[in-house]
Amino acid sequence: MGRKYILGNEAIAHACLESGVNFVSGYPGTPSSEVIDTLRVQPNPSYYVEWSVNEKVALENALAAAWCGIRALCTMKHVGLNVAADPLMTSAYTGVTGGLVILSADDPFAHSSQNEQDSRCYAHFARVPCLDPATLQEAHDMIPEAFRMSEEFGIPVIFRPTTRICHSKGDVELGEPLAVHREGEFHKNPRNYVVIPAHTRVLHKMLNEKQPAIRKRLVERGFNHYVIRGKMAIIASGIGASYVQEILPEGVSFLKIGAYPIDEEWLGDFVREHERVLVIEELAPEVEEIVRQVAGNIPVFGKKNGYTPFEGELSSPLVADIMVRAGFMNRNPFKGIDPVQNLPPRPPILCAGCLHRSAFYAIKKVFKEAIYPSDIGCYTLGLQLGVVDTTICMGASITVASGMSHAGEQRDIVCTIGDSTFLHTGIQGLVNAVYNGANITVVILDNRITAMTGHQPNPNSGVTACGVESPQVSLDAICRACGVDFVESVDPYDITGMVTVLQEVKKRKGVKVIIAKQMCVISARRSGVKRGRYMVNPDICTGCGTCVRFGCPAIEFADEHARINDLCSGCSVCVQLCPTGAIVREAKK
Amino acid sequence: MSGSFDILIVGIGGQGTILASNILGEACLLEGRHVKGAETHGMAQRGGSVESHIRIDGLYGPLIPPGKADLLISFDLLEALRYSHYLKKDGKMVVNRHLVLPTSVYMQKLAVPAEDEIIAALKEHDLCLIDADKIAAEAGSPLSQNVVMLGAASLSMPLKSESLLTAVRHLVPKKTIEINVKAFESGRESGGTF
Repeated sequence: MGRKYILGNEAIAHACLESGVNFVSGYPGTPSSEVIDTLRVQPNPSYYVEWSVNEKVALENALAAAWCGIRALCTMKHVGLNVAADPLMTSAYTGVTGGLVILSADDPFAHSSQNEQDSRCYAHFARVPCLDPATLQEAHDMIPEAFRMSEEFGIPVIFRPTTRICHSKGDVELGEPLAVHREGEFHKNPRNYVVIPAHTRVLHKMLNEKQPAIRKRLVERGFNHYVIRGKMAIIASGIGASYVQEILPEGVSFLKIGAYPIDEEWLGDFVREHERVLVIEELAPEVEEIVRQVAGNIPVFGKKNGYTPFEGELSSPLVADIMVRAGFMNRNPFKGIDPVQNLPPRPPILCAGCLHRSAFYAIKKVFKEAIYPSDIGCYTLGLQLGVVDTTICMGASITVASGMSHAGEQRDIVCTIGDSTFLHTGIQGLVNAVYNGANITVVILDNRITAMTGHQPNPNSGVTACGVESPQVSLDAICRACGVDFVESVDPYDITGMVTVLQEVKKRKGVKVIIAKQMCVISARRSGVKRGRYMVNPDICTGCGTCVRFGCPAIEFADEHARINDLCSGCSVCVQLCPTGAIVREAKK
Repeated sequence: MSGSFDILIVGIGGQGTILASNILGEACLLEGRHVKGAETHGMAQRGGSVESHIRIDGLYGPLIPPGKADLLISFDLLEALRYSHYLKKDGKMVVNRHLVLPTSVYMQKLAVPAEDEIIAALKEHDLCLIDADKIAAEAGSPLSQNVVMLGAASLSMPLKSESLLTAVRHLVPKKTIEINVKAFESGRESGGTF
């Protein structure tokens, strides 16, 4: 295949092709999504691919495939592993016959996440191996090894790239795809696959007995290696190792950790050759804790004595600063320059013509003093519009709403959740809210796509990951089947219509559901939907600012008048808001 | 220390910074050189401030440290100022003479920086201002602004113009190759006049 300039996730996807992957499942989540997005668009794939409804479902599917002896990949973001933690923990006991690689992409600095948890801790907890690449090439090269190791030891392997691997680019040497088709076949073995207490006690012992051989093999494979160059040593893991290598001074030894569990004997031999040791790793002190165990009286510098941070991501300047403070370097070669202060921020914002903005506008208009639990998706940006009071994790809008309702909160509670999130883990919350008599309004923001992560289809889209037509679920029927009496679908571009329904809902008790349906404006544009643009007639515009407060990036304000720029998608919502009728269709040029 | 030539491309989500970085990466491959980079994906893309790091001959980390960029290409005046601290002392700045005010300015009634104030601040660096909108329109499509900017900045890159043009041909949609080649060449000409 040769060398290509490629995104980290694309390199990982290509390595899966080279490994002869047979089965792929996952749920989208930044920064992991492009792995399946790459695999699902390959021509004539020799493997099965699905976007699953959530990570638990994805992992259980992939586990079953690996039990049938075929190679399975399951992808998710770090917090997705929380959802999949239940099958993960016991899949380590049952093991696999076909290789199972669980890709859990971590997001230090929470660029696009609700927390900074560390998937290495899950690997430690479940006692499964974890590979932690430092570069794109290594990420690519580790994947075939991950499948081989999974089959050699009969154990799932966690592959943990971070944002700076997934969304980095570089020249990567790729291999040829492996077109070996394996047909899955399940061999019954209840002692292994039925985890009743009598079986699971035995399986737990077997899992523990695998560990020493796994530790040795990771060193043999060269994932963990060192070079001794002096009496001071730096031990670094994952992408942290790349930052260290950029600035490693002469005469300082270097040990790189690319895989877990770490062989303590091997690590101890290295550490004892040195007089002081600095540990560089992002997030949890996974490496540091083991270094401290083997170091005895040798001073160790790391998170536990305040030299390196527990949170955020590392960078070469930050690593240089740590090295100076710990006495491993004389001078930081990166002279800090302060950014220009007090510039207006440019945070991400809902698109011009986004259905969420108009839905939020209508909600706010009717429910002025309500509480607004929300969820994870583009619509979390409704925070900027003052209509998002809580988000905690996927599916937690309806549950937080019902919890507040039962806690005695007297104000109206209106929660928002996207269609994909509702199908992910929202339905259970709705069943629970109805069952226990909560008093809430649920607005499902239905754009028929998983938009934020890059427009992946879901069961509400009517197509599968590979574009094959599939029955579209009925959100309306699901809600009714959960026992909701009041379920009404509205078009959020029709502000008057949506306001009317919300006013009706405001009078009612119990659980009410409104489904606000409109295509995501990006998918609409891609599928060729063209609505004419709008413009402001400056002779009529009084400069009252009503449209500007709507917060659409297509609306600007200058010289006492509003102006519509070329981001306008033609949703026409601002036309309905303007009190003087100054917004009109743009004349054809 | 690595001896990479570091280029930071900044702009607003949707302006085509990722295609621009792909063209640079492809040109590096054509010249048989290593290249590393990092970019903004996911939610942060939605109309927010975005950055693409490209390190030609880079061997280690993908991120350019502040104060180390050899070249800053900005698709927007305000973003040029926001990321100006990444530029090294004698680094070059190639900036689109265009300002999109963030919606936050209107929503929160923030102080609006004036165009000439921003330009005056940018002039502390070796600055080349480009009217990418106009040049792109002349080349045949306003969407080719990102390639205009690359053309203008190409004079300050350690890459052959032929490699960049070949990369443009490989990476832009087939129907738009002619427009983008013209956009690159006009950009390169106007970059030379400053």
